[in-house]
Formats: sequence, C-alpha cells, structure tokens
Amino acid sequence: MSPDPTALACPRPLRHDTVQLAHGGGGRLMKELIEGVFLPSLGTDPAGLHDSAVLEAGSGRLAFTTDGFVVHPRRFPGGDLGELAVYGTVNDLAMAGARPLALAAAFILEEGLPLEELAGLVASMKAAADRCGVRIVTGDTKVVDRGKGDGAFITTTGVGLVPAGVEVHPRRVRPGDAVLVTGDLGRHGIAVMSVREGLAFETPIASDCGPVHHLAAALLEAGLDVHCLRDPTRGGLASVLNEIAAAAGVAIEVREDAMPVDEAVATACEILGLDPLYVACEGRMVAFLPEAQAEQALALLRVHPEGAGAAIVGRVLEGPAGRVTLRTTLGTARLLDLLSGEQLPRIC
Amino acid sequence: MRFVDEYRDGAAARTLAEAIRRKVTRPWTLMEVCGGQTHSIVRYGLDELLPPEVSLLHGPGCPVCVTPVAIIDQALAIAARPGVTFCSFGDMLRVPGSAEDLFAVKSRGADVRVVYSPLDALALARELPDREVVFFAVGFETTAPANALAVAQARREGLANFSILVSHVRVPPALEAILASPQRRVDGFLAAGHVCAVMGTEEYGPLAAKHHVPIVVTAFEPVDLLQGILLCVSQLEEGRAEVENQYARLVQAGGNRPAQALIGEVFQGVDRTWRGIGPIPGSGLGLRPAYAAFDAARRFGVEGVGGPESAACQSGQVLQGLLKPMDCPAFGKACTPDHPLGATMVSSEGACAAYFRYRRFAPVEAL
Amino acid sequence: MCLGVPGRILDVQEGPLRLGRVAFGPTVKEVSLACVPEAVPGEWVVVHAGLALERLDEAEARRVFESLAELEAGWGERP
Repeated sequence: MSPDPTALACPRPLRHDTVQLAHGGGGRLMKELIEGVFLPSLGTDPAGLHDSAVLEAGSGRLAFTTDGFVVHPRRFPGGDLGELAVYGTVNDLAMAGARPLALAAAFILEEGLPLEELAGLVASMKAAADRCGVRIVTGDTKVVDRGKGDGAFITTTGVGLVPAGVEVHPRRVRPGDAVLVTGDLGRHGIAVMSVREGLAFETPIASDCGPVHHLAAALLEAGLDVHCLRDPTRGGLASVLNEIAAAAGVAIEVREDAMPVDEAVATACEILGLDPLYVACEGRMVAFLPEAQAEQALALLRVHPEGAGAAIVGRVLEGPAGRVTLRTTLGTARLLDLLSGEQLPRIC
Repeated sequence: MRFVDEYRDGAAARTLAEAIRRKVTRPWTLMEVCGGQTHSIVRYGLDELLPPEVSLLHGPGCPVCVTPVAIIDQALAIAARPGVTFCSFGDMLRVPGSAEDLFAVKSRGADVRVVYSPLDALALARELPDREVVFFAVGFETTAPANALAVAQARREGLANFSILVSHVRVPPALEAILASPQRRVDGFLAAGHVCAVMGTEEYGPLAAKHHVPIVVTAFEPVDLLQGILLCVSQLEEGRAEVENQYARLVQAGGNRPAQALIGEVFQGVDRTWRGIGPIPGSGLGLRPAYAAFDAARRFGVEGVGGPESAACQSGQVLQGLLKPMDCPAFGKACTPDHPLGATMVSSEGACAAYFRYRRFAPVEAL
Repeated sequence: MCLGVPGRILDVQEGPLRLGRVAFGPTVKEVSLACVPEAVPGEWVVVHAGLALERLDEAEARRVFESLAELEAGWGERP
C-alpha cells in the first residue's frame, strides 16, 4: 500500500523529470535531488546533515545487518522495492531479538529513471519506516549510465538494540523444539511471478511484504523462551529449515498437511511447476521454541493481523544433523532439501 | 484444486496399497514410463507403501533426459548467435551438452528466455520482428500438438523470424526397444497418461500381445499411480497381458483426433538417437518438407554440430531401468543437480534428480 | 514437463488458435483450445504447455473413487 507520490510536499521545483548522471555527481544537481526528493519524503532536517548519523545506543549489544534489493518489477501487487528495502532489513534485525533503531539507505539509480517513480519509492520507504517506528537517518546516491543499471537498486543497512538477556540464535535450537510459521507461505514469490509471467488472478495475489518485528517482540516480551527466529525470503521456508538444521546440528521434520498455503498460491505453483515451500515470502517469520510453549506462542501471534494464519508445522529432532524431512499427506517421508540453482531470479 | 487434491488423499492411497498387498503372491517388476510419474512416485514415497514383492523401475520417459548431447550443442550454438532470442522450457537450461549448458551461454550475454509454451515463443516472434526467435521443441507426443500449432500458425501468419529446434521422441518405439532387450527385467508397464491422451492407446495393443506384457495407461497423482499398479499387478497374477486405461477420465482409445491431425500436418516419423541409449528407428518426429523453413537446425546451419557424451554418465542405464540412480558411482558425488554429468540429474522429470532431491537417505517407516 | 493441470473453461474466442480463458482455481490463464473444438464454457480440460489436451470426463473421474469404495466394501472395513 504505497502513498500517493503526487501528494509529496516539495520545497522547490526540480528541473528534470528523470534521473540524470549529474544527479549522482556531488554537485548542484545532486543537492537538488537530495533536498527535492529524499529529504522531504524522509522528513529529515537539511540542517542536520553530515557524513554520518550519530545515534544514542546505550551500553548494550547492537544488532547490525545489511541487504541489497533488486526486485523486478519494482512495483508488484502488495508492495514495491522501497517497502521491501525497509521491511527486509527491519525484519532481519528483529530475527536477532533486536529492537530496530535506525536504517541507512544507499541508492544506485539508472540514468533515465522517472523522478516521479523515485519519489514514490522513497515515500513508500518513509511509510514503511513509520509503520516500524524506525528512521532512515543516512544514505547515499549514485547514478549509472542508461543501460547499466535497470532502474533502481537499493541497499539498506540497519542497526538495532538487543535487550539484556535475550539470546536468539540458531545455536539455541534443540531437539524437542516446535517449529512455527506466522502465516501462509509463498505469497511474495507468486505475486512477483504473476506479474512477470502474465498470470491473471480473478483476485490478484498480493505479496505478504510487511514487518514481523512486532510479532517477534510479542513472543519475547511475553517471556517465552524463543530459541531462534528467521524470516524466510529467497528459497522460502524449506531454505530456512535447511540453514537452521545445519547451523544447529539438528534434524527437522515438518508435516505437509500442517503447511498454510493459500489456494490461489497453491494453484499458481502447480501451473508454474513450483513447490510453495521453496517460494519466497517477505512478511513471515519462522520461530523455534520449546514444544510446551507452542500453543501460547500461537495465541500471541494470532492477535495480530500479520500473524492471523500462524501454525505449528513441525518439530526439531536429534538427528542426523542437517537433515530436513517432510511427512507427505500420504504419511510417507521424503527429504526437503536445499534447492539447486535459481528457481525465481530477482525476487527480492 | 479440483481433479488434483482428491487424487492425493492419504486414505484412498492406503486402501489401494492394501489392495495391492492382498493381491500379490510373488515378485513383480513394473516400469513407469513417464518422468512425471517417476517424480510423483519418489516425491510421495509411493514405493514405501508397496509390498516388498512389487519393485518399480524408472523408464526413459523424460524427453529432456533423452535429448542427445549433439542437439544440446546445436542449441548452444544457435543461442550464442547475435540477434537470436532462444526460448526454452526451464529445465533445459542446466542440461549439459558436451562442454557446457544454456545457462552458461546466457550468462555470457545470449538472449535465452524461459517460456511455458511454444505459443509464448510465437508471441515473442510477433513482438520482436528484428530478432530471430527460436523455440527448443523438446518433448514426447504430449507437447507435439502445441509445437505443431505454433509452426502451422507461424506459416499462416508468414512469420519469417520464428523457427524450432526439434527433439521430439515417441514412446512406443522406446518401449519396444526395452522389451526387445535381452537384459529386460520388466514384467508390466504403466504407460504415460498424457502421451496417450494425445495419441490414444491403440499402438500399445500389438506390443502387449507380442511380448505378453500388461500395459496400464496411468495418470500422475498418487491415487492414480497406485490404482495403475493394482491393475497391472492383477493382470500379472491372472496371467493376462492387455492394454488397460486407468486414466479414463482423460484418455480415449482413439486419442485426440484434432491433435493427431495437427501433428500429422507438421511432423513426420524420423529415426532418432536417444541420449545414453543410442539410435531407435522411427522413434522421433521431425518437420515435414513443407515446413522445413521452420527447422532451426537447418536455418542456422548447425546440423553437423555436436560432441561426445560424458563417459562417466550412466544415465542410459538408468533410463532403461537397468541401474538405480543411487547405485551409480557418480551419484551425489561427481554428479549433483548443481554440476550434473547427464540430463537425468537436472531435468525436473529425471530419475536421478528425483532421488537426489527427495530420497538421499534410507526410507523412514511410514506412519 | 509431461504434467498437465486441470482447469475450467470460462470463455472461448474462435479463430485459428481457438483461444480461451481457463480458470485453475482462482488463477485465470489464456490457453489454446484448438484441440478441443467442441469444448464449451463450464467444461473441464487438462492443459499442457499452453494447450488443452482433452476434456475431462467427470463421471470417469468419480469412478476411480467408486472402485475404491467397492474394494473397501469387499473387505468389510477400511484398513
């Protein structure tokens, strides 16, 4: 849900309507771009600008993460590149148990990108940041020649504060843990693919692009013994399970009949020859915590609209280390392996 | 999904597994022909539900897998040409030729695109009149009507920038070759459901009679495959050798006449070499002389291009049901989906890929 | 690649490709109905590589499950 870019307050008119090479040159045109497009959207006072932003951080531990965003197309049902760039990094901070504090955003823009579109992306970022209670405090812009950049690439880096006593990390996962997901799987990948492949949906599939930091916070603030959190993006749920199983040296078994998958997503996967367990999400969280706390965790998650579809999908076993298996609807078992190759390029 | 989900029902599958258990009195070896069936069997662990007397061998029903190395090399040569937009189904991109694959050629700047239908490639040819659009027409008889339609339509519209690189193969000659082989261990076949939806079941009657093997036309979902196995095993126990149709909801004995007419208009029977198996007479489809202008191999002058097979790859043995993927020395070591020696490890319907992806460990007991 | 997906025809446009919109659950895709000239909106087809291969016979589809019920009846109960 992106705000209307034409409703931006713009202190001075811009001379061009597309990105020019000179906008990245460090001179007058770049100043115009920063003051005309970035700062008004991000709500930053031009007088406070410096080479770095300085933040109050206290004496605790910092969570620190970065991610590049190259999704194509830049606008898709349910979101755009700007929102993805904010939620993606905010979510990564939350997966370490951190309260997100601030973001940096670096833009690589292609000469010829319409400024109106750029303004729209920045406005989306601002709206997403507000929704997460974070600020975008610093950034950078570079411009590359037409034909060398495919529109816009955004890299966001985030910093957050980890409360004392919170230890959320794959090494804490142990046999007997329950595996939960916060909602239905594979939406983002299918939303993007549907635009790329020209699939028409009678009700368009919207990406799940959105924040999950508040879902993480809900579990931690209730005092649950959350062992590990991970947001499945590229490679979907299956990739997360394989990463965690390998990192923690455990085995994981999940049940096909427990997996929440929307009918339209499942159907699109059949047509495209994809397995929804491997399709990207962008607003979901996987949680590992003691079996005894699983029902309570579900109740806490389901209070929030983003967690309404939360479900317990499996459990952690002793071994063999790194193996992830799936119980099919027939009751038989098969590997849920790491994917080979690139199922869906430029998905996030 | 209607007409899909009900055929994945666990209770129905267990009923059929029980029926098979009650029926068998001695060992039987069945071969499912189609790669899509192989994947379904391995993905759903159907072999775990079967009694030990019933063994399944995986057949050569993967058109990607049986496309000769030489044709892959031709595809690479065409795709690398400036001005060519090379369109293909997704799984062909990682199939190795004698040296590399389409993905490698794409990463060096070639315009290689994944499409879901030859009609998408045809649409591209209309949209891009300055490009030479080539479609990699790999498939069994199932895909032949779509390819025939694309070519017929291109001629009707006078599209000069569209052509296809043909690697079509036919199932009955391959079954004949397997049945005639002295190493044959197959007692009965599950024939490919969608091939038969197009071509009908009449070609299989003489095969069943001549070699005294039951042939059951079977669909792709777990309930279908188990029912097909039950019908096949019942025939074997009763000493019958007939053609039966488990996929009656889609397949008719005469097949689809308009589809056959389209195929007949555009294609003719030719000899084809099957990767890993060798030449099988009359086992392929090629463009008729009237449509020779749409033959990409001819248009781009690559008919002589092609290199040798990998010596380490035993996919030919796998495709004939003579070797199980896990028993190949290269399986999971020198040969994985990320660096495959042969097509069976990379195709979405390849037996080696199915085992690597779903079953690289000893089966866990069913619930 | 041999896999086909069942869908319900929503509408038909006559022409050399005989195109039609087919609904696969909530997803709608345009496919060629050239090989099913008698198929009309409301009927089910199986689609492969952008082309409808054949119409689905709903009575035969049910028969698969009727024969399962007969099997179970023969045993007196479900296993």
